Amino acid sequence: MKAKAKNQLLKASKATKENVIGQVITFLCATIIVTLTLAIIFFVASRGIRAFVVDHISLGQFLTGSEWNPGTKNAQGQPIAGSLPMIIGSFGVTLLAALIATPFSLAIGIYMTEYASKRMRRLIQPMIELFTGVPSVVYGFTGLMVIVPITRKLFGGTGFGILPGALVLFVMILPTITSMVVDTLQRIPVSFRQAALALGATKWQSIYLIVLRASIPGILTAIIFGMARAFGEALAVQMVIGNSPLLPTNLVSPTATLTSQLTSQIGNTIMNSVENDALWALALVLLLMSLVFNLVAKWIGKRGELK
Amino acid sequence: MKETNIVIPSQEIALKTIDMTVNYGKVEALHKTNLSFPKNQISALIGASGSGKSTFLRSLNRMNDKVATVNGQIIFDGININNPKINVYELRKHIGMVFQMPNPFAKSIYDNITYALRYHGVKDKQKLDEIVETSLKKAALWDQVKDDLAKSALDLSGGQQQRLCIARAIALKPEILLLDEPTSALDPISTAKFEETIMELKENYTIIMVTHNMQQAARSSDYTAFFHLGKVYEFDQSSNIFQNPQVELTQNYVEGRFG
Amino acid sequence: MNAKRIDKIARYAIQTMVAIVALILLALLSYILINGLPNASIDFIFKPSEAIKAGGGIRDQLFNSIYLLVLSMVISLPLALGAGIYLAEFAPNNWLTRLVKTLIEILSSLPSIVVGLFIYLLVVIKWQVGFSILSGAIALTVFNLPLLTSSIQNAFEAVDHKQLEAGLALGMSPWKTIKGVILPITVPSVVMAIILASGRIFGEAAALIYTSGQSAPRLDYGNLNPFSPTSPLNVMRPAETLAVHIWKLNTEGLTADSDAVSAAASAVLIIVVLLFNLMAHYLGNKLERKLTGKK
Repeated sequence: MKAKAKNQLLKASKATKENVIGQVITFLCATIIVTLTLAIIFFVASRGIRAFVVDHISLGQFLTGSEWNPGTKNAQGQPIAGSLPMIIGSFGVTLLAALIATPFSLAIGIYMTEYASKRMRRLIQPMIELFTGVPSVVYGFTGLMVIVPITRKLFGGTGFGILPGALVLFVMILPTITSMVVDTLQRIPVSFRQAALALGATKWQSIYLIVLRASIPGILTAIIFGMARAFGEALAVQMVIGNSPLLPTNLVSPTATLTSQLTSQIGNTIMNSVENDALWALALVLLLMSLVFNLVAKWIGKRGELK
Repeated sequence: MKETNIVIPSQEIALKTIDMTVNYGKVEALHKTNLSFPKNQISALIGASGSGKSTFLRSLNRMNDKVATVNGQIIFDGININNPKINVYELRKHIGMVFQMPNPFAKSIYDNITYALRYHGVKDKQKLDEIVETSLKKAALWDQVKDDLAKSALDLSGGQQQRLCIARAIALKPEILLLDEPTSALDPISTAKFEETIMELKENYTIIMVTHNMQQAARSSDYTAFFHLGKVYEFDQSSNIFQNPQVELTQNYVEGRFG
Repeated sequence: MNAKRIDKIARYAIQTMVAIVALILLALLSYILINGLPNASIDFIFKPSEAIKAGGGIRDQLFNSIYLLVLSMVISLPLALGAGIYLAEFAPNNWLTRLVKTLIEILSSLPSIVVGLFIYLLVVIKWQVGFSILSGAIALTVFNLPLLTSSIQNAFEAVDHKQLEAGLALGMSPWKTIKGVILPITVPSVVMAIILASGRIFGEAAALIYTSGQSAPRLDYGNLNPFSPTSPLNVMRPAETLAVHIWKLNTEGLTADSDAVSAAASAVLIIVVLLFNLMAHYLGNKLERKLTGKK
């Protein structure tokens, strides 16, 4: 009997084997996702770099040039591929959208955590979730039908441009930023507020001096996430931006963003042509910016922890 | 008084450690312990928080493998079980454990007891029913739940949940039962009942129990080990530890002068 | 100005801003529903679309959306479950795990158009699969994987560690404990994650325009031969989805009544997303009660 037990203790059993198998299988699943990510980065980068290495688009020209016409060549024999209009367009709509959305997100966040009754909170929370889920084409379509005619009436011209793009994105990233702001504000301990109130501060002073100050890293991260979403959003913006790769002369002149140029043009070009490679260079910029947003969010998160 | 006093019990030994040392990373949590636990007796491990008693206990059934490095030997059934070749899953069938906080599965009372049994190969329904009944009886829970075995274990009170955890552990018929502060989350009445239960259980099991509660150790254990800052200073019959300690630190501790 | 007045002003300002947002959102919802619902008849849902003529429906697009959703979920759920379990339960705390987590975060923040272009490049062009349900399903899988994985990871991490210890102390392997004890506890949150992900997938268009394509060949629902080009089950046929249809109508559409069709299709999309949301909450609550046996 004893010898048998001893034997079992030294032998692998069903448990040992299944655990190894389970670990291997789940690890493979994680590996697949990692491989996909690396593959995306690799493929987009290698395509994008082609534009500069194989087609000899000059990097300086690409970043500062304002004429997009990769099919034709300039005096130096380099394809004319200035992406400045798209870069300005992308940053323009993103920054403007974040600028409008942030105060509203903060207001909703503060209202939810500091002022609202439980019933109000129960009403607002699912609303935010619902609006996070509204498909981007629906936002784009509404923008096209409602916002563009208004900007056309107010400012003349076509009505397309950065302003309608930013307004559509504002509504789109509002729920993203708001739900993250709410999470951040909720993490501030009640004792902080009570301490401020006990010292004779008004409610607003306790919010402004204590709660908001303590939440700055979280709020910044929320804004970065909102901006990343805005920067990468393709169809909703494409529907209202005007889609002409021209430097914007004002907020309501038709222009393009990196994403809108990609969506509207990549189907019209042939693989390995200069035009196609130039578009992949835009995709590379988009990818790099997405990485930058990630890094910045991480950096803010780390600094927030240190405090 | 002595520096240390480690007694080797004269009874048959169920489990002993030889120069067992535990490290968390570079920090030594437990220094060379040499303890021999007598069969079918209750041994209590006492000492302040951070003294290493829980670390010691969790090393005995290799629950610390992932977080700590355990050196030295743990002899059970004549072999050193602190050995990478040991099948820890088999080992834990022989050395059961009950934790500080009751942790029943989010399943029915019946499934809580039979889940691991079926996994270990007991499939016969009648046999399972039988084991459920005897284990619950031994854990003094049968009368309260016998008509309600399909009820979720989470609906039981804290004391009942902890009894269920005992029942679940003894259903596997282990030789040794490790209890990690099993009553710290229970009220005094549940605690008293729990102590009664383990006194009865020692007929069939060797029990090693960590406790914060010195009365509990004095009342219900046969042997007691005193841990202090990662070292065992004294191990002896409980009557000696509590009435006639040989080490000054032990004396201070049991008299409540620190910790 | 004294502190009390500022306090009051701040309060009103905040309430006003909340009200403005509520109005915007309400206006958006009612615009879509008021313009869309009158056209979104049963007939509209069950008749095929028209490229140029007015009076088209959304039958095939709706089917394509659902088919793509199901396929991509079938591919991504096991992968996300595996990866989520690995990260929550098995991954050692080292640089490799941190790298894996960072890469998954990066994937989740990549613009969906980039994901779509990658699949276009690799699957549609390089592997010559072409614009097809299959390409679209792969794109949606890549799009869905990181978020679903982290939801599942969170669900597993939220389970009390004591449950795992209990299983281990009874001689069960971690894998068995995870499968038999922890997984059932996570089911409500995993189901919620799946439903919310479904909403996202259903509305996604950017990842699809260059993968499942922008055309919807008319389908013959009586034809169940998966290799026939008119069969709805064929995974090699191009398949415009509902969301792509709305985009297409509004950018290069020649359809006479594109506004009416888009509005109606938008209303259908919103309602589906709303249903997914409600379902997530309802099922989540219900399953939780059932599985933990709580009353």
